Amino acid sequence: MNEVTLFPEQASVFAQEVDQLFWFFTVVCGLAGTLTALVVFVFSIVYRRGARRYAHSGHHSTLLEIGWTLPVAVVVMALFVWGAKIFINLYNPPESATEVYITGKQWMWKIQHPNGKREINELHVPVNTDVTLNLTSEDVIHSFFVPAFRTKRDAVPGRYSRMWFNATKTGSFHIFCAEYCGTDHSRMIGTVFVMPEQEYQEWLRSGAQELLSMADKGAMVYARYACGSCHEAEERGPSLESIYGQQRELAGGNTVLVDESYLRESILRPNAKVTEGYAPIMPTFKGQIDEQSLNELIAYIKSLSSVPAERASMGGN
Amino acid sequence: MSSDGTLNYLNVTHGLKSWLLTLDHKRIGILYLIGVSMFFAVGGLFALLLRVELLTPEPWFIESDTYNKFFTLHGVVMTFFFLIPSIPAIFGNFLVPIMIGAKDMAFPKLNLFSWYVYMVGGFLGVGAIALGGVDTGWTFYTPYSSGYASSQVILAASAAFVAGFSSILTGLNFIVTIHKMRAPGMTWFRMPLFVWGHYATALIMILGTPVIAVTLLLLMLERGLGIGIFDPKLGGDPILFQHLFWFYSHPAVYIMLLPGMGVISEIISCFSRKPIFGYNFIAFSSLAIAILGFLVWGHHMFTSGQSVYTGVVFSLLTMAVAVPSAIKVFNWTATMFKGSVSFSAPMLYALGFIALFLVGGLTGVFLATLGLDIHVHDTYFVVAHFHFVMVGATVSAYLGALHFWWPKMTGRMYPQTPARVSALLTLFGFVLAFLPQFVLGYLGMPRRYHTYPDEFQLLHVFSTAGASVLGVGFLIPAIYLVWSLFFGKLAPANPWFAKGLEWDIQSPPTTFNFEETPIVKEEPYAYDGPLPDNSEEVLKAGENYGV
Ligand code: HEC
Ligand SMILES: [Cu+2]
Ligand SMILES: [Cu+2]
Repeated sequence: MNEVTLFPEQASVFAQEVDQLFWFFTVVCGLAGTLTALVVFVFSIVYRRGARRYAHSGHHSTLLEIGWTLPVAVVVMALFVWGAKIFINLYNPPESATEVYITGKQWMWKIQHPNGKREINELHVPVNTDVTLNLTSEDVIHSFFVPAFRTKRDAVPGRYSRMWFNATKTGSFHIFCAEYCGTDHSRMIGTVFVMPEQEYQEWLRSGAQELLSMADKGAMVYARYACGSCHEAEERGPSLESIYGQQRELAGGNTVLVDESYLRESILRPNAKVTEGYAPIMPTFKGQIDEQSLNELIAYIKSLSSVPAERASMGGN
Repeated sequence: MSSDGTLNYLNVTHGLKSWLLTLDHKRIGILYLIGVSMFFAVGGLFALLLRVELLTPEPWFIESDTYNKFFTLHGVVMTFFFLIPSIPAIFGNFLVPIMIGAKDMAFPKLNLFSWYVYMVGGFLGVGAIALGGVDTGWTFYTPYSSGYASSQVILAASAAFVAGFSSILTGLNFIVTIHKMRAPGMTWFRMPLFVWGHYATALIMILGTPVIAVTLLLLMLERGLGIGIFDPKLGGDPILFQHLFWFYSHPAVYIMLLPGMGVISEIISCFSRKPIFGYNFIAFSSLAIAILGFLVWGHHMFTSGQSVYTGVVFSLLTMAVAVPSAIKVFNWTATMFKGSVSFSAPMLYALGFIALFLVGGLTGVFLATLGLDIHVHDTYFVVAHFHFVMVGATVSAYLGALHFWWPKMTGRMYPQTPARVSALLTLFGFVLAFLPQFVLGYLGMPRRYHTYPDEFQLLHVFSTAGASVLGVGFLIPAIYLVWSLFFGKLAPANPWFAKGLEWDIQSPPTTFNFEETPIVKEEPYAYDGPLPDNSEEVLKAGENYGV
């Protein structure tokens, strides 16, 4: 039998925050639970049948009810606030993070870095750096879970979701698929390798000369599907340059933030949100472009605005 | 199962037909007891197989597909065919009319019909097993269930669909019965808390169950006819399924729990020989839980892609459930204060309930907390939490109820010593089985994993050991309870010296419960201190029943 562990390794900034909260909870709830159980236990011994008899006591007291309800309510609300604070941070990646694209598929994780480097069931990331993961799935729902980082998020087909972390420790850590996805669900596991910055850069560059970056591949997809035939002809379709991260006006008066999900929807279901000033003539590309190419296409469109371009260069292009 | 020759609901007519066509709520309760026990055995067997398979990190006697089918069947059978019907359909059916002084349920035929519906659902479920099983998990998440699983999804979903109607009909019957059939003097606030618990449960049954029925129907339409509702490949939204599913399935947790809490109120008061403390607060906390229960479903979806702010709202509402739950526990505790506590088997189960519910409830607060749930969601932490609530608490209440009302239902006493031993054994086995799973979960062991990394093995071995003890703890009552049917001492009308209309009538009751409609003049739980310990009757009873 193997060495026993009782507490998971702490390998990210979140891990420290989440564990603090966890221990605080364990102490507060542990005390509350033990105390209550102890009172029940003591009552059942002291007032056991056959022991000394007691005069009848009352059987309701609003004061008492309020007295024991209020503390519960207050403590619970405090715990809620603390937990919510961590959570909001957990699911709001910072702008400047290094990005990685992850696609779940029965039963593997396909991972692509912005410079075009791919891996399967392995994820290499630099230590002490914010890393954002863009998740989606090709088939059913999966969930990307790294216990040592204390975070996970579902990879849902048909949409993008993001998670992020900042690893504090070099080494290798489990990746699990946490959402049941069929036969080999329990074998949809992998490893995160957290490396020192230098080593990571070398790893990223190794063989990168032969690689096209995701954005470059996206440009090829863009050409293959002749997106330019409309999008580079002002009267037919809107220019896609510098739209990422901007607010877009929609026909009907709403506005929408151009992010990955919006880009995805615009390509797969163009009529769902029609850009103000244009006829809904764009054909749907649903079922024609696979998830991988879609990620590349989106990386390309993002590279047409300034923010992601910087990111791409950080990725060692 | 005959008693001392007097006529009662059991011996008034004979033969299979007299049972299969009965309109007597008590006989229907017994029919449910038989059905539910069968499914409990099946679900338990699958649980044991799972635990044995998990002894090793790599597969050792079943393949992954088989493993996946086993945990699905365990979940489907235990939730839809054991936990949901258990207390309401057996004890609710048997006791609610008697406790409010009625001769029967408001709609006896509907009541019998609901049992048949339940059994049809059950046989569809058995059919799904026989034809190869189903491997989606009891949650039937799309698009896996609608487009990818290659097992008996439609049959299993229709089993749950059909069983749902039984639950709706039972709920309807409770509500009408409680509103319309109370005896003179049985005001709302003289009703036993058991009845209040069932009233709250019935509300959830009729308001929630139709939603799961529609959801499962949509799932079957997508799977069977390719109509795109949930699968993004067909233009659907998989998260929609989760919203619909949990809109019912979270409140369903309270269908499983509230009746059990009702049972505990009865037992604690009886075996402390004191009126229940804070009657109104306990009654209203049941309603509060039922209502809040409908507003918290999103806590199952913190990681799934609902917006961050939706998550925050659902977390807040979920944590609010802690308040009515705490109110109940504190009031039970206060009931024991200056009481005269005896450790008869039902009371041991009730005390076990409190202990396990404390752990289950408090870890629920962990899970409702966003920052913690992201890490432990879909891990063994969740598995441990809901087993503490569903098995720890609800099954303790179920067994407590069985031991409390068994003399009333069958007219026979069971032996106290083995009953006490098995109450303690289940508590011990349960804790050993599920406490290690909290640790496993925080370590990151995901649920529904057939294989796992080596470092988790030791904790799994403990868990399996505990599950085996738990299995034995469940087996012992099956033996002595069946034994008591033939060889047990005849039960008096009121072996526990308990208060409540059901204890004023003979054991087992006659078909129409009361010779004449009772007129209620007393407050509920009118216990007046310790038993007079010099009374000969009491002394004898003390030996016989361990009061
Ligand atoms: C037949 C012409 C046509 C083709 C071909 C076409 N589009 Fe479009 N596209 C449009 C039009 C018109 C709009 C604006 C109306 C709308 O939102 O549907 C648009 C909108 C968009 C938008 C939303 C832009 C915004 O400003 O909100 C994106 C992103 C986009 N297209 C990407 C693509 C990609 C990628 C391809 C190639 C795979 C493509 N389009 C091919 C006509 C076209
Ligand atoms: Cu998976
Ligand atoms: Cu829930």
